[in-house]
Amino acid sequence: MNPVPDIFRILPELVLTLTGVAVMLIDATLPAAWPRRSLGWVAAIGTTLALWASLWQLSLPVGTGFYSTVETSPFTVFFHVLICGIVLVALLLSLDTLPEDSHHQGEFYALIVFGAVGMCLLTGAVELLLVFIALEISSISTYILAGYRKDTGRGPEAAIKYFLLGSFATGFLLYGIALIFGATGTTQIYEISYLVPSAPNHLFVLAGLALMLVGILFKVSAAPFHVWTPDVYEGAPSPVVALLSTAPKAAAFALLLRVVYEMFPSLHSLWSPLLWIVAVLSMTVGNLAALRQQNVKRMLAYSSIAHAGYLLAAFAGLGNSGIAAASFYTAAYAAMNVGIFAVITLVSGYDEQLPLVEDYRGLIYRSPLLGSLLIFFLVSLVGIPFTGGFFGKFYSFSAAVSGGAIWLAIIGLLNSGLAAGYYLRLVLTSVQRNADRKNEAPAPQVGVAVGAALLLAVAATLVLGIVPGEVLRAAESGAHTLQAPPPQAATPGIAVEPQPQP
Amino acid sequence: MHLILFFLFAGFCLAGAINLLLQSHPITSALSLIVVMTSLAVLYLLLGAEFLAIAQVIVYAGAIMVLFTFVVMLLNAGREERTMGSRSARAVGFPAVVAILAVIATVILKAQGLGVATLGEGLTDASGKTNIEELSSVLFTQLLLPFEVTSILILIAILGAVALARHGSGEPQGNRERTGK
Repeated sequence: MNPVPDIFRILPELVLTLTGVAVMLIDATLPAAWPRRSLGWVAAIGTTLALWASLWQLSLPVGTGFYSTVETSPFTVFFHVLICGIVLVALLLSLDTLPEDSHHQGEFYALIVFGAVGMCLLTGAVELLLVFIALEISSISTYILAGYRKDTGRGPEAAIKYFLLGSFATGFLLYGIALIFGATGTTQIYEISYLVPSAPNHLFVLAGLALMLVGILFKVSAAPFHVWTPDVYEGAPSPVVALLSTAPKAAAFALLLRVVYEMFPSLHSLWSPLLWIVAVLSMTVGNLAALRQQNVKRMLAYSSIAHAGYLLAAFAGLGNSGIAAASFYTAAYAAMNVGIFAVITLVSGYDEQLPLVEDYRGLIYRSPLLGSLLIFFLVSLVGIPFTGGFFGKFYSFSAAVSGGAIWLAIIGLLNSGLAAGYYLRLVLTSVQRNADRKNEAPAPQVGVAVGAALLLAVAATLVLGIVPGEVLRAAESGAHTLQAPPPQAATPGIAVEPQPQP
Repeated sequence: MHLILFFLFAGFCLAGAINLLLQSHPITSALSLIVVMTSLAVLYLLLGAEFLAIAQVIVYAGAIMVLFTFVVMLLNAGREERTMGSRSARAVGFPAVVAILAVIATVILKAQGLGVATLGEGLTDASGKTNIEELSSVLFTQLLLPFEVTSILILIAILGAVALARHGSGEPQGNRERTGK
C-alpha cells in the first residue's frame, strides 16, 4: 500500500528515543563519582542527528505511516526542525549552566530528549489517540523538569501547580476527543474532517471542539488559561524555562493548527471568533500584567502570554496565509525567547541570585557581550525591523487583515506599543551605570556550549529578520500540506489540492 | 436476574459515591471509592464490556486504590478541617458541578436521546467475536504506534519519579553536608 517503510515516517522520533535510552543507560552504568556532563553532549549530538533526519524526511513523498497515525509533510518537517533546534539550544545551555553537584544530570538530559520525542510526535500525529499520548509525554517531562530545583521552595511549588493545572487541562482535551469520537466514530483526523459536516450529532462535535480548544489553549498559555505561567516560569530553573516556554508551545501550536485548519475547516465560523477573543484577551492581559512586574522571569512569562496572543491573531487569516503566518511567528518567537532566557540564565545563574529588573543595572558595563545580546533579544521581542520579531508580527497582523479581522490587527499594534514599555525599561536599566560598584556581581562566564547556544539563537533571530523569505516559503509549503486529503485519494505529492474554505 | 443485579450494584455505586463526598476522614473516603469502582465494574460486565470490567478491577480497584490507601496511611492524614475557604469552595463548587453535568447531560440527550441497553449480552455486533478479540486486533494493527509510544510515556514517568525522589546522586557527601547543616 505504502512504498515508504513505516519506520522512515518516525525516523527523527526514533533517533531521539534511542538517544534518550542511551543517555539513561550510560548514566546508570557510570560510577557515581564520575561527572555526567558528557551525557549532555551525547544528547546534543542525538538531537542534531534527529534534526538531520527530519530534514531528510523532506525527500519522502507526503503521506502517512503506521495505519494512518503519523504524517510526514513539509508541515511536520518545519515543526520538527524547529523543535529539534530549540531542544538543541536548551541542551547546550544546560551543559554549561547546570551545577555539577547534587543534581541528576543524566536524568535531566534524558527527560529533555524524551520530551522532544513527544513534541515531535505531536506535530506529526494525525490520530487523536497518538496526539493525546504525545502531548502527555511532552507535558509530563516538562512537569518534572520544572521541579528540578528541589532545594528551594519555589521549584516544587511550580512543578505541583503546573502538574495539577496541566493534568486538568489534559482532562478537558481527552473529554473533547471522546465526544468527537462519539459523534464521528473515528479518531483519525482526516476521517473526522470528512465526517464532521455530515455528522448527525452536531452538538457533540461542537462540545468536543470547545473542550479540545480549552486543553490546547492551556498548553500555549493563552488567556484566560494562563494563570499557571508566571509561577511556573519563576520557579523552574532558567534553562528549563528556555525550553518550556518555546518547544512545547511550538508543538501545541502545531496541534492547534492541525485541529482547526485540518480537522474542523467546516466549523471555521465557530472557532474563528473564539480565537479572536482569546487573542485579544491574551495580548491585553499579558501586556498589562507585564508592565507591573519587578521579577524578570515573571515579566517574560507575561510577555510570552502576550506573544501567544499575537500568534493567535494569525489564525484569523484565511487558509494558507494564516497557517504560514502562525508557523513563521512560532519560529520567530521561539528563536528570540530561547535566546533571552539563555542570557538570563547566564546573568542570574542557575540558582538565581539576581532575579529582579534592578539587578540588571549596569549589565552592559559588567559584561558587554551579554548586555548587548540582552538588548538585541529585547529589541526583537518589541518587534523592531531587522529582527525576527518584526516579521513575525508583520505576517501575523497582515494575515489577520487579509482575513478581515482589521480590529484584531489594530488591537495587536496598540498592544505592541504597550509592550515596548516594559521591554525598554529592562533595556534602559541595563545601560545605566550602577551607583555602588562594590556590590556589583561578578561578570558571568560564557562557556563554549553556551556560546554555541547563543550563536544559534542570534543567528536564527537575524535570519528570520533579514532574509525571512526562505523560512516563509518553508512555512507556506507546510501550510499547503495541512489540509486533509480527500478520503479515498492516496495520491502522494507536494501539491495536495487545498480544500475550499467556507 | 440481570435487572436485579443492575439495580443492586447501581445502588451500591451511588451510595458509595455519596458516602465518599460526605466522609471527612480520607481513609473512609478511599474505601468508599473502592466500592464505587467495583460496582462500576459489575455494571460494565452487565453491559457486555468484559475488557472494561476487568481493566476497572485490575487498574482502579486494584492498583490505584491500593496506592491511595498506602499514601493516606503513610502520610497519616487526619480529618479534613473545615475552613472559610473550604466552605466557600463548597458553595461555589456544587452549583458549578451541577451546571456542568447539566450541560453535558443536555448535550447527550439532545444529540442521542435515551436508548435501550440490553443487559447480559455482547457489546459488539460481530458474531462469534468477543469484545476482547476485537479490541486486541485493533490495538496491534491500527493503533500499534500509539500503543508502542505509551512505553516512552511510562519510561518518562519512572525517570521522573527517580529524579524527583532520590537525593543528590552524584555527590552523596555534598548532600549529607547540606542536610547536616
